[in-house]
Amino acid sequence: MKVGDISVSDFAGLLASQGVTIQTGPFVFRLTSHIPSIAAPVWRLYRDFPLIEPDLVDFHLVLRPAGRFARFTGRCEVVIDARRILSVFKSPAALPHLEWALNWWIYNYAHQFFIVHAAVVERDGKAILLCGPPGSGKSTLCAALVARGWRLLSDEVALVCPDTLKIFATARPISLKNESIEVIERFAPSAVFGPRALETHKGIVAHVAPPEQSVRHINADAHPCWILFPSYAADAATRLTPIPKARAFLRAASDAFNYQILGAQGFRTLAAMIDRCSCFELAYADLTEALKVIEGLGQQAHRA
Amino acid sequence: MRSAGHHSQILLKALADPASIRGLSLGEWDLLLRQARTAKVLARIAILAADMGLIGGFPEKVRESLEAARKIFAYRQRILRWEVGRIQAALHGLESPILLLKGAAYELAGLPPARGRIASDVDIMIPESALPSVEAALLRHGWEHSLLEPYDQRYFRDWMHELPPLVHRDRDGIVDVHHAILPRTSRLKPDAAKLWSSAVALGDSGLFVLSPADMVLHSAAHAFHDGEIALALRDLVDIHDLLLHFCRQPDFWPNLAPRAATLDLSRPLYYALRYAALMLGTPVPEDVAAEVRRRAPGGLVRAAMDRLVPGVLTPDHPDEPPPGQSRATLLLYIRSHWLKMPPALLTVHLCRKALFRHFPREGV
Repeated sequence: MKVGDISVSDFAGLLASQGVTIQTGPFVFRLTSHIPSIAAPVWRLYRDFPLIEPDLVDFHLVLRPAGRFARFTGRCEVVIDARRILSVFKSPAALPHLEWALNWWIYNYAHQFFIVHAAVVERDGKAILLCGPPGSGKSTLCAALVARGWRLLSDEVALVCPDTLKIFATARPISLKNESIEVIERFAPSAVFGPRALETHKGIVAHVAPPEQSVRHINADAHPCWILFPSYAADAATRLTPIPKARAFLRAASDAFNYQILGAQGFRTLAAMIDRCSCFELAYADLTEALKVIEGLGQQAHRA
Repeated sequence: MRSAGHHSQILLKALADPASIRGLSLGEWDLLLRQARTAKVLARIAILAADMGLIGGFPEKVRESLEAARKIFAYRQRILRWEVGRIQAALHGLESPILLLKGAAYELAGLPPARGRIASDVDIMIPESALPSVEAALLRHGWEHSLLEPYDQRYFRDWMHELPPLVHRDRDGIVDVHHAILPRTSRLKPDAAKLWSSAVALGDSGLFVLSPADMVLHSAAHAFHDGEIALALRDLVDIHDLLLHFCRQPDFWPNLAPRAATLDLSRPLYYALRYAALMLGTPVPEDVAAEVRRRAPGGLVRAAMDRLVPGVLTPDHPDEPPPGQSRATLLLYIRSHWLKMPPALLTVHLCRKALFRHFPREGV
């Protein structure tokens, strides 16, 4: 059964009582929410994901009002196993905090993967990793590529299997911030958006629902072929610059969440990835031009 | 006595008898993984399961969780050993001997509690006279004070048994520099000179650890005297492991209770042996148990502790904390402070803490 197979009100009822258990690729989480306003957006953004009832889940998330005076302060919190994670927030920011909490869990516990802070899209089994710090434009490029038909794996984490280098997908909603929300609204008018959270510590945040195709083919093969380090600047000329592998290695290592935790395994995994990838820096201001350059990479590979 | 409840039995059983996790259902695993993470003992369960060759036979999700816990542990173990080396290098050339406490001691002495135990900081002890030179050397080598409020500084320097925690500016490693094992203001006053006189050198590393009996007593004091009992399950597991390990030395058990009396730690030892035996099934020889029982508190306190401690020590079902448990936690929290400080100081300290909980300072 999928989330979208039950009605929004049934979904809201489950969320507030026993919780709903959703599978996003390799992860299964149970979500209980005592913040009624998130039921409809979560239902909309996750409508194509399997709704399952296993005995064992990876983690149990609870969204709830925080503290004894929550009725007056309007403050909410995310709790995993009776412990608050992240900082407290006002209920309009609940959806971004749900997404950050899911990410938080992955960064802290999913060490069966080599985890790189990167957006990942795939076509013909070949994946592009868009690495870089917040603000570099990786989510924006990711949303645009997905609108052009690339399969979404994640706008946030590349989950690399250390043994096979296969990249696993969670295909969760793409998180856009501030100006990039309107950019994507213009670029992809048919994209399904969640509500805008106006006041978060990252500014305005809105989520784009993953295409049904990306969720349906969530387990399809994807192996890393290109690693791009985008940098957005308002007046930049679009420029794709190949970079030496050693430099790409160091940059990707610093963008990895568990490079140190995995130790030698992390080193070997990243080295093998870099070996098989072409690595570039991509400076851009104009989205359409940037996409042309990226899609050009894919076609070159096709001809070769 | 209030039983610790069926939910926590799975965790206690997994800690006391690691082989018992063989037959768990998926639903029981779900609960055990959550409780073990909360109590910070998941890596221990994972390491012991791996040593017994069990992990391969577990369901995939369980295997993933346990493997992840093992990776985190291996990483933290590397960091711990590295930090100890850095501290030693920073203090090289000073007259002061360095004695490792708790996690760092277990790890470098190769003792059983080190298995799967994740230490958040490095605890060392030095003679009190060496405090200024050691602090200066650490500050010179990149460690910094993280607590800059004058109250916090005074709290540690005047009342505690350690310097305010020092954090390395590049590596985030924390070192707690102790000159004793209980606060200056504590009701019980184990003499640090006596600890030093029986300290054990770690090969030719230049490092020392406490003697076997003192190691157990320190852990007991931390769990049942100055620490927060709600966090003491891991201390109890340490004690369990140490007792099972040291009991093979013929003079260990006969020496333990007399040593506790010498160090003014009979009461914490009583609690440690009582709750280790009760909750983890730690074998304690009857004559030692009887000797220690003579130092037990009066009937009323004993009954109160027996009601409060087991419930607080073990995480209950993560979704439904039983009513009364948070009150028990609060009572034991106040008790630990009561033992740590005289009443006037305690009043000021707790008021201050309560105040800052409601009106947090910037960046706290």
